[in-house]
Amino acid sequence: MAVLLLAEVNNGELALDATAKAVTAAKALGDVTVLAAGGSAAAAGEAAAKIDGVAKVLVAEDASLGHRLAESTAALIVSLAGDYEHIVAPATTDAKNVMPRVAALLDVMVISDATAVVDGATFERPIYAGNAIQTVKSSDAKKVVTFRTANFDAAGEGGSAAVETVGAAENPGLSEWVEDKVAESDRPELTSAGIVVSGGRGVGSEESFAIIEALADKLNAAVGASRAAVDSGFAPNDWQVGQTGKVVAPDLYVAAGISGAIQHLAGMKDSKIIVAINKDEEAPIFQVADFGLVADLFDAVPELTEKLG
Amino acid sequence: MKVLVPVKRVIDYNVKVRVKADGTGVDLANVKMSMNPFDEIAVEEAIRLKEAGKADEVVAVSIGVKQAQETLRTALAMGADRAILVVAADDVHTDIEPLAVAKILAAVVKEEEPGIVLCGKQAIDNDMNATGQMLSALLGWSQATFASELDIDGDSAKVTREVDGGLQTISVKMPTIVTVDLRLNEPRYASLPNIMKAKRKPLDEKTAADYGVDVTPRLEIVSTTEPEARAAGIKVDSVDDLIAKLKDAGAV
Repeated sequence: MAVLLLAEVNNGELALDATAKAVTAAKALGDVTVLAAGGSAAAAGEAAAKIDGVAKVLVAEDASLGHRLAESTAALIVSLAGDYEHIVAPATTDAKNVMPRVAALLDVMVISDATAVVDGATFERPIYAGNAIQTVKSSDAKKVVTFRTANFDAAGEGGSAAVETVGAAENPGLSEWVEDKVAESDRPELTSAGIVVSGGRGVGSEESFAIIEALADKLNAAVGASRAAVDSGFAPNDWQVGQTGKVVAPDLYVAAGISGAIQHLAGMKDSKIIVAINKDEEAPIFQVADFGLVADLFDAVPELTEKLG
Repeated sequence: MKVLVPVKRVIDYNVKVRVKADGTGVDLANVKMSMNPFDEIAVEEAIRLKEAGKADEVVAVSIGVKQAQETLRTALAMGADRAILVVAADDVHTDIEPLAVAKILAAVVKEEEPGIVLCGKQAIDNDMNATGQMLSALLGWSQATFASELDIDGDSAKVTREVDGGLQTISVKMPTIVTVDLRLNEPRYASLPNIMKAKRKPLDEKTAADYGVDVTPRLEIVSTTEPEARAAGIKVDSVDDLIAKLKDAGAV
């Protein structure tokens, strides 16, 4: 049984962490063929060929596939779908854009955000913002699945899969890329960072987020935020950790001024060690924290930054 | 231009979710239900398009149980002009899968011929994040997911999307499907006079069979369980104590 895995490719470069984690999930289903698609994708394909457990790599390069536009990317995947029983991807915003479209074109359901593979047709996934875990069994001939990367370890390197080139499908010409506004940052990427420092509504303003960022920089950590902080305009949306934002599972997660709403916990409760700093000792975040410090974050966070390292 | 807005009746986001003892799902009997929060944002955006003179009619549609009428009345009270209820289940615990919902919506689109469909990016019950993309696939239309800005200009629309690395702006051909993200707008509250007025707005009732769509699920629910709870940790007294504990644990 064969698996087609859509690699995460950003501007021609392979997002190794997300792709390698999806490979780990996909290996349980069969032989993994990775599809690297984009305006330029050859280098990404070469990088994917080195991931342990990858049997084959397909490279599709075409201007119409640039910027991962959903219509042309879905058309490409459907054109290749005949040979595969599973079509999978890491659950990134790109894949969540494309994979349901692929599923509908194949007249099958999509299984989003799978957190475990039970067997070739059966998967676990969180529902209700992670308040329940549902095991679902697909009766479809083809299974279209996205994997929540925080739940899988990245496959190692050392493979040497064969790389083939495939042509793009006909461009439906429905959409065009205009521009990207990518946050310029030297910090590690949020979903793959080993340490994440997040601020919540308690931080109080966009300016005050500087103390969260200072601690993050001291720890070489990514910066996160609760939905409340994002909604209040203290932090950009791509920092949002939670059910409607990013799901992270770092070795250390520091939550400052975050009360611990269910929707936030859904995005970080698989972290190895959780530290909570909050002046409200009743805050629900303390129920999931390994180490809780009841303190004003405006005192404790700068003190922590100063005394570390 | 007509705007179609699908809305879903879901458990209110403030209600604590309880898994049913028999593992078939989440208990929804006698629980407060509301409009999916992302769909509220879609309704708001549709009304703003009408207020800006870019749309002339806003039609809300809901697919599910008969009680979804209340959800449609909420959309009408916010400012939608009329509503369509497609009854596809009897039991409030039956969740119609995104694929079947998309097929029914595709049939509604063929009848109503909207210029744009505005969907919430995901429903907060099954968290599938699929219906808009699937509808777009079935219609062969363009799609723009996770929108935080929408600017319709004649036969195309510029949409700014919330993606992993930041923001992406794309231009899509009309007609199109847009799924909306949190920061697109802040939905209004319905005023009491508008709630009263909404009771007299037209609400058509149909069934899935009227559209010839088979809603049999493709995914069998094997079990539903509570997530594993984290063991409670300890409180530390000071920043120094915290740093000592983190060093012991090898975390810093």
